[in-house]
Amino acid sequence: MSVLAKSTTFNKLLSFTPSILLFVAVLNEYDLNYLNFKYFSFNFPFILIFYWSLKRSQSLGYGLIFAAGLFNDVVIGYPIGISSLTYLIICGFAAYLRNITLRPSLINDLFFFLFTILVANSINYFLLISLFSIELNYYELMGNIFFTFILYYLFAYIFDIFRKNIFKGKKND
Amino acid sequence: MSASRDDFIIAIRSAFLKKENKQRFSLVGLIFFSVVLIILSNLNFVAINYIKSGLNEIVYRISFIVSIPEKQLQKSITIINEHVSMYSEYKVMENKIRQLENNNLNSNFLQAENSRLKRLIDEYITESDELVAKVLLDKDSPFLKSIIVNKGSKDKVSLGMAVLDENYLVGKIVEVNYSTSRVLLISDLNSKIPVIIEPGNVQSILSGSGKNHGEIQYFKSSSEISSENVVFTSGSGGIFKAGIPVGKIENVRINKNYVTRFLSNLDQLTFVKLVSYEKESKN
Repeated sequence: MSVLAKSTTFNKLLSFTPSILLFVAVLNEYDLNYLNFKYFSFNFPFILIFYWSLKRSQSLGYGLIFAAGLFNDVVIGYPIGISSLTYLIICGFAAYLRNITLRPSLINDLFFFLFTILVANSINYFLLISLFSIELNYYELMGNIFFTFILYYLFAYIFDIFRKNIFKGKKND
Repeated sequence: MSASRDDFIIAIRSAFLKKENKQRFSLVGLIFFSVVLIILSNLNFVAINYIKSGLNEIVYRISFIVSIPEKQLQKSITIINEHVSMYSEYKVMENKIRQLENNNLNSNFLQAENSRLKRLIDEYITESDELVAKVLLDKDSPFLKSIIVNKGSKDKVSLGMAVLDENYLVGKIVEVNYSTSRVLLISDLNSKIPVIIEPGNVQSILSGSGKNHGEIQYFKSSSEISSENVVFTSGSGGIFKAGIPVGKIENVRINKNYVTRFLSNLDQLTFVKLVSYEKESKN
């Protein structure tokens, strides 16, 4: 009986994994920059938010995503609200893709993800440059978009395995 | 044609306006709220500054704890790299120490003489208040180069204070909270420091590049600058005192600008000095 209870608690904890990962990602900003590969960086929160908003939106609430955006702004020193807006735009695009997709395909998702992060980063770039006069390195940004796009495939594959094992039998919305 | 447009509109409406199952907030509502926050931030609205300051205090502390595993990994990689290159670095260091010992013989005498002469001509002699601060966060983001230190307004930290690693300039304070502050590193794209290049007395601006080097901008094209020249703060603008070492000129140029290698390793900051300078009183 107690083993059953323990396993239920553990499963419940596992179901919070996307939210926990998102907050760890924004608070820690792990993007392997310290490896010092030229132009190598990627935006893990973008991948996480897009994937879970697309595949299982109830695992990652919009409120949490908004809060994660505020935390990200504080950590990297952006004006308040910029990252929240970017993250929520990604959610919106993912929700749109979910609504129009009849037969899901990773390749379709991947290219729609590319379009999404191009739009989201453009808005982000435009707001920072025009409203707040913050200079950004355009090439670094393009490198970031490229690697985020490439790595989506890998992370989507890992998340797929995780989702199928943890949320099996539970209904998606 | 019109049917597909209708489908598009329905899908958009459903994605942005419809509150989904198990979602407490509507997407469009939160997007609207974010836009309001951005506009108020842009207008420097007082309440937003209070919210930001409160968030800073909480987030920096949590982020410090969350970053510990990554910092350990980073440290391990650095240790391995240092071990690999230890012997070659030892040889370089040995030569440098010999040179420094020679230079040091003259430097104390010159320093005293310089200070005496400056007093004679009423130059800007400074005295400083120093604070040692621990680096809480050093996010090596490709976009913004800044660190968070554990001293804030309660420790009398103020905007614009110079931040030094040993005696080398690494940045300045750009944001002060109650118990923490943000330091904009000299490597950040938005950092511009008036500098002087010696020997040659060339006045210029050192601009961050977003990478681990700086670029010397706005200097006379006829100026004689060569590699291994040393870059010091010039004291123009009154933010930093003159003569703080910043970097050395490298034998590389980017877009006609000289590349400067910083004297301090900005990726490895653990403790820094926060310094403010004031004109020395005459009595």
